[in-house]
Amino acid sequence: MRGFGKYLLWVYAGMALTFLMIPIVYTIIFSFNDSRRTNIIWRGFTFDNWTSVCDAQDVCPAFMNSIIVAGVSTVLATAMGTAIAIALVRYRFKFRQATTLLLFLPMATPEVVLGAGLAAQFLQLGVNKGLGTIIIAHTMFCISFVVVTVRARVAVLDPALEEAGRDLYGSPNQVFWRVTFPLLVPGIVAAALLSFALSFDDFIITNFNAGAAVTFPRFVYTAAARGIPAEANVIASAVFFLAIALVLATQIRGAIKRQQLAKAG
Amino acid sequence: MAFGAFQTAAPAATAATPASQRKSPIALWLLLPGILYLILFFVTPLFSLVITSFQEPVPGGFMGEYQNAFRFENYVTVVSTYFSHIGRSFVYAFLATFFALLLGYPIAYVIGVKLRPYPLWQSLALVILIAPFFISFLLRTIAWKQIFADEGFFVGILKSAQIIPADAYLTGTPFSVVFGLTYMFLPFMALPIYTTLEKLDLRYVEAGGDLYANPVTVFRTITFPLSLPGVISGTLLTFIPATGDYINASRDFLGSTETAMMGNVIEANFLVLQNFPAAAALSLILMMSILIIVSAYVKRSGTDDLL
Repeated sequence: MRGFGKYLLWVYAGMALTFLMIPIVYTIIFSFNDSRRTNIIWRGFTFDNWTSVCDAQDVCPAFMNSIIVAGVSTVLATAMGTAIAIALVRYRFKFRQATTLLLFLPMATPEVVLGAGLAAQFLQLGVNKGLGTIIIAHTMFCISFVVVTVRARVAVLDPALEEAGRDLYGSPNQVFWRVTFPLLVPGIVAAALLSFALSFDDFIITNFNAGAAVTFPRFVYTAAARGIPAEANVIASAVFFLAIALVLATQIRGAIKRQQLAKAG
Repeated sequence: MAFGAFQTAAPAATAATPASQRKSPIALWLLLPGILYLILFFVTPLFSLVITSFQEPVPGGFMGEYQNAFRFENYVTVVSTYFSHIGRSFVYAFLATFFALLLGYPIAYVIGVKLRPYPLWQSLALVILIAPFFISFLLRTIAWKQIFADEGFFVGILKSAQIIPADAYLTGTPFSVVFGLTYMFLPFMALPIYTTLEKLDLRYVEAGGDLYANPVTVFRTITFPLSLPGVISGTLLTFIPATGDYINASRDFLGSTETAMMGNVIEANFLVLQNFPAAAALSLILMMSILIIVSAYVKRSGTDDLL
């Protein structure tokens, strides 16, 4: 390729990435808007929304609910999912096909179906919907994602390391907790972060199983009809900055390591 | 990352040598809690949906009161009532998948192949690609709504440049819904493609060039086929959630009543009208159609071993 054509791909991909960023930047900018009732038209720059986030009605309780739901379902899903991932890679058992199918299906089912199904079940059992039912629902859809993430890590684990542990007379328990588990930690952390993010941002399944409980996405959804307060943008932006800082730190560390390795090699 | 979920050549996972796999009662205890959980809260709810979908109203009962029955008519009724919604869901999801592939493949290619010599830039571009996951998708959709608003500057520019007529509007149209869906699922499309392209052995591409193939032929016969697992999982990760989505098509977001999709009618029937049987029947129709489409698609692509 020559001339302009050479750069066409770069320009195109650059534009596509910019496209991804537009609503993010928009959301962040409007967290600084001096809005009164609705946050649609730009009225000037202010820090007020940031300094008094919880003044807006219901924003902070909704945010706290989301943190609780995401926290509890992450712990539950990560524990059960990690155990399944280890079993899938390390052990032979009957019904392996059925097990993988059972793990695959929740990811291949649209969220409305998962949400409506659980809601129908709760209805038939006469369960009152609330934070508890949201946690049950979130744990359910997070398990499969945890399995996929941790499983990739277990699979690349060198069995020789565990053999070495056994050769040194470690009991199965010791080998697991001193050798296997520490090596799995990065995978487990990645899975937990993914679960947390999925749960925190889930709306569709939540909406079917929330009853009167309001999570942050539910707050935004109901507010959308009458105008979303700038404080919601503040919370979303703050969460975004925190997550991005975390990701940037790990990515840059990894990139620098790779660069050093490339130089050394 | 989990975006390899649908990947066929899950690299190391399939390479797990059977020799290192043991038989042990421990396996059962590791599997039991999670599997039991999924049976209780994923499998039985599907049966609840089946039961609900055949229910009939309690004679003389209140709104939302139903009793078990075998009313197959429920299915006939929802299909005839919501025929256009069902069609719309698949058309919009198909279009969104197509556009997301058109945008996502080049992103994945640039990050996974072109940026390979520059690890730091590669990492930064990757962060931009996953950044949307960290900020509420509802607020991002609202952002588009406001950008597209009738009195917004974007529509103003288009109008003054006479790209669109002065009385035209963008929100609430099929255009804005497909646009929103494309935007929402673009990272889901690009990330799995990126993971396969990142591992692409560039020597194959060089070999193609050495054999005097032009870049288009090289792409068509070497690069693209090798990235196919990523393309398949990306298209599934886009198409499946897009068909069931009801945010973009919602009237409070980018849609209007004329753009309502299946998700919207399922939500309305379940949560507002309390017509649980209709919602359940529609959910099952949605799930079954997706399973049929997906298995046909996967079979055609010649990859059976998902996950």
